[in-house]
Amino acid sequence: MAKTIKEINEKIKQGKAVVVNAEEIIEIVAKKGLAQAAKEVDVVTTGTFGPMCSSGAYFNFGHTKPKLKAGGGTALLNNVPAYTGWAAVDLYIGATAATVDDPLNKIHPGEFAYGGGHVIEELVAGKDVRLQVEAYGTDCYPRKHLDTWININDLNEALLFNSRNAYQNYNVAVNLSDRTIYTYLGTLKPKLGNANYCSAGQLSPLLNDPYYKTLGIGTRIWLGGGTGYIVWQGTQHNPHAPRLDNGVPKRPAGTLALIGDLKQMDPKWIKGVSFVGYGVSLNVGIGIPIPILNEEILKYTAVKDEDIVAAIVDYSDAYPNGKPEVLGEVDYKTVKSGQIEVKGKKVPTSGISSYKRALEIANDLKDQIKKGKFLLTEKVADLPVGDSAPKFKPLKERPIKEGK
Amino acid sequence: MASRKIVLTFPKDKIDKPIVFKLIKDFNLSFNIMKASITPDQEGHMVLELDGDKSEIDRGIKHLKDEGVKVEPLSKEIRVDWNKCTQCSACVSICPTGALYVKDRKTMAVDFDAEKCIACELCIRPCPPRAIKVHF
Ligand code: SF4
Ligand code: SF4
Repeated sequence: MAKTIKEINEKIKQGKAVVVNAEEIIEIVAKKGLAQAAKEVDVVTTGTFGPMCSSGAYFNFGHTKPKLKAGGGTALLNNVPAYTGWAAVDLYIGATAATVDDPLNKIHPGEFAYGGGHVIEELVAGKDVRLQVEAYGTDCYPRKHLDTWININDLNEALLFNSRNAYQNYNVAVNLSDRTIYTYLGTLKPKLGNANYCSAGQLSPLLNDPYYKTLGIGTRIWLGGGTGYIVWQGTQHNPHAPRLDNGVPKRPAGTLALIGDLKQMDPKWIKGVSFVGYGVSLNVGIGIPIPILNEEILKYTAVKDEDIVAAIVDYSDAYPNGKPEVLGEVDYKTVKSGQIEVKGKKVPTSGISSYKRALEIANDLKDQIKKGKFLLTEKVADLPVGDSAPKFKPLKERPIKEGK
Repeated sequence: MASRKIVLTFPKDKIDKPIVFKLIKDFNLSFNIMKASITPDQEGHMVLELDGDKSEIDRGIKHLKDEGVKVEPLSKEIRVDWNKCTQCSACVSICPTGALYVKDRKTMAVDFDAEKCIACELCIRPCPPRAIKVHF
């Protein structure tokens, strides 16, 4: 018995929708079977909370008198460079931007105590942020210098805009070398000293709708504690990754580009983080509702940690050098048990993304839908999937020949 | 001559009294203030290195205690700021003693057992939101 999103929304408005999170649905399906569960459940909520480097924010800080055009000049937010190329008083700040005087990795591994991710968190938290602009001055925009405090409440528009979030599955990172390495998946101790993973597994949005049947461009989502939307597939979207029989990709696959109103967000869910020796990033909280339109869709949402498999990758050599080899595959139930086996060695595991927080997000979204505060949307267009989807390619370098 | 590092905690009503100064005057001790702070609830904290005759150090410490000051030997203390912690568990496989651990494998909740901590500080920098701090 198929349902439509319209019908589900009617139930939500009447406060009658049956909404469960992507962990609860596993048990419901085990008890009642697919057919019965698909009849009873209207929405399954997912969640994820982890570092998402390809995130950022843009805003319009308002015109000065006399006017100034930051474009072509430089801008700093709490000493972190922002991108000025969006003309007069629009700025974009990326999560991984480093403070101008940061020693970076000169003394390896660098601290990266503050950067773009932290600026975005402070804006969201309602803290004053120092803005410094150096412009060159024109007849229509004569002003050349600006040094002022700004606050999110005074900005005209402020948006989180992330080009690549919510990776559908990710690598489990290990280190085969004999020195500690410092990566975006955390500190990796030598000789298989630990293994770090970064996925919410059975709660993760794209692992619960592996062929993007219900979510797509235009889908309304929970973003950073406020409301956001999927605007496009994320960069590096790769639906061609090898998949298990249940549709779950075994390698990093689909991604999402997201947008949302920064003014609605909460610093608990938009949090600057520092990866020693790597740099700054931003932890982003995302929750996506999946309408249970039929049994097939329900089956995807009932995916369990033991049915999701990730690749174990050496970050001392294979990853940095772009070599395809993996050291093995492991399911998330084993990963989350605290120990996996790699090359015959028992290796302790750590998460980089937070399962506990992912569940809080899925539950918050569940509550909002139950209370009629969050309605589902029909997607406007599909995300690329199947043979027609573009291939994700590495750069083909074409060296510059002198004198040509 | 002997030397000893101690941690002093002053109750609210004692922070403006010259209790420490007396150590020089009455017990002939010299001291080096390694750290001093007042918490928002007006409790004073001070880390001191005392130098002087061993029996004078003991008498000096007795004087501090008599004045209502809490005296403890210096040891580092590791604390997790749970408001900052994102419950990721990145620290868990770094910590050599199991002081930072996943207490429930279903919820994946992370906890800290101060009893097991040896203050090696290995967890400080790998924590992405820098939620772990050393207190002296
Ligand atoms: S200081 Fe060392 S022992 Fe204590 S929690 Fe951190 S890593 Fe564990
Ligand atoms: S690494 Fe930091 S944020 Fe993550 S669980 Fe440990 S203390 Fe919490």
